[in-house]
Amino acid sequence: MDIFKILDEIQKIDGDSVGRLEHATRRHFMNRIGSKIAAVAVPTAFASIVNKAYAQSAGAVDILNFALTLEYLEDDFYQAANAASGLIPSTDKAIFTQIGKHETQHVAFLKGALGAKAVTKPAFDFTAKGNFATVFTDYNTFLTVSHALEDTGVRAYKGQAGGLMADPDLLQYALQVHSVEARHASIVRKLLSAATGNTAIKSWITNAEGAPAAVYAGEDNKTQGGVNLTGLAGKSDAAITEAFDEPLTKDQVLAIAGLFL
Amino acid sequence: MIKNKISQNDSEKDGQKSVLNRRLFLRSAGVATAVGTLAIGACKNDDDDVVTPVDGTTVDLGSGDVGILNYAYALEQLEAAFYEQVVKTPYTGITAAETTLLTDIRDHEVIHRDFFKAALTAAAPTQIIPSLEVDFSKIDFTSRAAVLGAAKLFEDTGVAAYNGAGKFIKSADYLLIAGKIVSVEARHAAAISDLLTPKTADFASDTQIDSNGLDKATASATILAAVQPYVKTKISGANLPK
Repeated sequence: MDIFKILDEIQKIDGDSVGRLEHATRRHFMNRIGSKIAAVAVPTAFASIVNKAYAQSAGAVDILNFALTLEYLEDDFYQAANAASGLIPSTDKAIFTQIGKHETQHVAFLKGALGAKAVTKPAFDFTAKGNFATVFTDYNTFLTVSHALEDTGVRAYKGQAGGLMADPDLLQYALQVHSVEARHASIVRKLLSAATGNTAIKSWITNAEGAPAAVYAGEDNKTQGGVNLTGLAGKSDAAITEAFDEPLTKDQVLAIAGLFL
Repeated sequence: MIKNKISQNDSEKDGQKSVLNRRLFLRSAGVATAVGTLAIGACKNDDDDVVTPVDGTTVDLGSGDVGILNYAYALEQLEAAFYEQVVKTPYTGITAAETTLLTDIRDHEVIHRDFFKAALTAAAPTQIIPSLEVDFSKIDFTSRAAVLGAAKLFEDTGVAAYNGAGKFIKSADYLLIAGKIVSVEARHAAAISDLLTPKTADFASDTQIDSNGLDKATASATILAAVQPYVKTKISGANLPK
């Protein structure tokens, strides 16, 4: 990552950004980078400066903490799964290593952006009180929980986008995380389909099909922009619902996440 | 050497269905209040009401939210035309599973294209861009690698385009719709990548995703320059918000 290029770009978008970066001026920032901050710490250092400049509204802080909670959940989940011996077949390791890496990066980025306002990590129960007792011993159960978490993540970020419109840079970051979660969901759904032999599971969500049901509630919506698209271009209802992913409200997401607390 | 005219596809497909669809659309538009909001939002947020070709051959996307919708419509036209061709002339050695997957994606892109066409026709009938003439002469549709390579390019470009445009959208309704579509494009991108290089990290590769775990968000000018070689019609995004 070229951190200075990003700073330049922020400046281009917002000419006053350097001024708004308070005492964390560009020079100061470069000094900090120069003074032997480990390369891995750079994203966090950068994010904490972004925080000072942009994450000031209470609404944005709430949304970022909501996102952080989900990312904590995903990060812990993949760390445990990637460490569990005999769970993930060697052929699929590269995929889950990559997914786990992104979730760790998302946690670091959000924690950096929130600074002292970041919520602490809750304790998770990935068996969901025994509902997924074999989540780290049985690959199909793991894939089921994984795809549900990724699809929930996609729906959660989508539901919060409107709340970040007053913070254009935060909105863009949220969108950039959102599409990464969608890439994850796509590949995990493919693995789940292969592992279970259920060809009805595709990389995209058909109607409101999927388990747990709460994760897919409302995905069968066919009305977009106030217009019922049934029959559009002669396509099936299945295709129309697949072509649009639907949002979840914060309460809906917290109810799903609550299964793992 | 396959050149494809979207307008031909449109007229062929639209023929009977489109009349019905448009009528359906307009009828629901008259009933649903949400679409009224959409339309009002569009007018309110758009300061420049004129879409004039800069010259005889250039299509200007316009400004404000309508400009961004036209931008999305242009990209969806390109993707839909591409996958229509892919399904019509399958590459050598295509498997049944690949045919199913690519047909699904074609359907999604056609739905996106026709959705934007209907939405723009209702919200900004004088500002909607026309059907674009595409040029796929550089793509060898008989080659799996060429087709999937182009598909990956179009999908990754689509994701970066929507991610880059999101913060310029003034209407929360439009932003949500863009969000509903971009994640489907990201699902496509990952699925296509996994056909090219199965079981690798390429579905969300380190060249696409940065070290903060963020996907690309690219400015419209860069996107339009990247896709222009595949579109005969010259597209101008000069008046898009930036």
